Amino acid sequence: MRRVVVTGIGVVCGLGRNREEFEAGLRAGRCGVGPITNIECLDLRFRSGAEVKCFDANDHFSPKEADMIDRFAQFSVVAAREAVVQSGIEWTSDLRESTAIVTGSCVGGQSTENQGFWDVYKMGKTRVHPMTIPKTMANAGASAISQEFGITGPAFTISTACSSSAHAIGQAFSMVRSGMSDVALTGGSEAPFSYGILKAWEAMRVISPTVCRPFSKDRNGMVLGEGAAMLVLEEMDHALARGAKPLAEIAGFGMSSDAHHITQPSAEGAAKAVRMALKDAGIAPEQIGYVNAHGTGTTVNDTTETRAMHLAFGDHAKRLAISSTKAMHGHTLGAAGAIESAAAILSLASGILPPTIHFNEPDPECDLDYIPNCARRADIEYALSSSFAFGGLNAVVALRRF
Amino acid sequence: MQSDELTQRVLRIIAETQRKDPAQVTIDSSFEELGIDSMDGVNIVFALENEFDINVPDEEVKSIRSVRDMVDGVTRLVQMRQSSGDAPGDTAAAAS
Repeated sequence: MRRVVVTGIGVVCGLGRNREEFEAGLRAGRCGVGPITNIECLDLRFRSGAEVKCFDANDHFSPKEADMIDRFAQFSVVAAREAVVQSGIEWTSDLRESTAIVTGSCVGGQSTENQGFWDVYKMGKTRVHPMTIPKTMANAGASAISQEFGITGPAFTISTACSSSAHAIGQAFSMVRSGMSDVALTGGSEAPFSYGILKAWEAMRVISPTVCRPFSKDRNGMVLGEGAAMLVLEEMDHALARGAKPLAEIAGFGMSSDAHHITQPSAEGAAKAVRMALKDAGIAPEQIGYVNAHGTGTTVNDTTETRAMHLAFGDHAKRLAISSTKAMHGHTLGAAGAIESAAAILSLASGILPPTIHFNEPDPECDLDYIPNCARRADIEYALSSSFAFGGLNAVVALRRF
Repeated sequence: MQSDELTQRVLRIIAETQRKDPAQVTIDSSFEELGIDSMDGVNIVFALENEFDINVPDEEVKSIRSVRDMVDGVTRLVQMRQSSGDAPGDTAAAAS
């Protein structure tokens, strides 16, 4: 079977506007969460979010280009450019024709849609902007990336809530492994800060009024974030032949569905996705050294995820190093799987595991090693990145140091 | 301090949102008996907020375990609203 490596990573999120800032933030245990500034949220029960600071579309696009795509698609392109630059890929016509693009997004161009609906419902206007539909569609990120690089191969978008970009990476991995494409650009993006969607999250009563404290006994919910991460996946020999330096290998991918509940997670469903990822990678549970957890910071997720780790890893669960980086970059929904896979890949390459920040107090029901508050050096060969979505759709990426 | 009328309204809302026969829902019913999970609880609270023009803080929702808890909570919030004689609920206080 063909082996698949990662040769480029691009990130833009609340923790950093590029890969370097992101990695420095992970190591420092910096919190990218602060008061939401881009929209008014005076009557919301929460004010915190992990916004991408100082993001001016005009720094990245011509004014006309910026007008054509929503903030979430702008993030996609910015992250894809950074990933492609790092990979050192030189586009030939053959490569453009065969390269795949698979992106994930949960809510697409929500702020554009909200603006249009606000205009007609609230302001009494009789028309919305003609770009509302194409800017809102969840595949706008994939389309913008294809135009950016002139890529004409298979391109599409997966929307599975908080697992969207983990599923996207899994799909791109399959396509490169199978021989359909030698190169794939994959990841996810999200820009969910708009009034309507924040009101909807408020109604679910799962958002913390302060900060996100995954696995800590005093945790009180998640914090939303925005951003994107894109990876360049490449068939290993293709990458080595052109002298590229792989950052990590995608060793395997596992997925499952809970068939249980629309919002409550299932430990068995999550454990099954982990087992499938290990099986696909052909490795034993004991070979995993680090798990970048879903770790949303809600009461139910974190206890259920801990039970899932016990189910999937048995005695080895106690020896795993686990962290949720969501406390630093927020829950970026459809971008989460990609941003967190990027964090795990950077950890494998550097030997520095990111911490779970804001961790105050152990919870008897979360009884594993969550790397509290301080990054840690560790010599790890295999890591997992876990995503468990509303709707019970689970996706786990297995990564290997290269 | 629960009025019968308020209790009956709460029971009716619970039955309506859960699509249950009203006869099944009594003040002594536990969520377990009624098959109410945490998402159902949040949905019921939403309906109660609309029915009684109140705001229920997130922390209170987490501690609700039974129909009686809901009746007591609604009673208290309605009294608070009436005694403050002003805009509903305490959203601002809960968020700060």
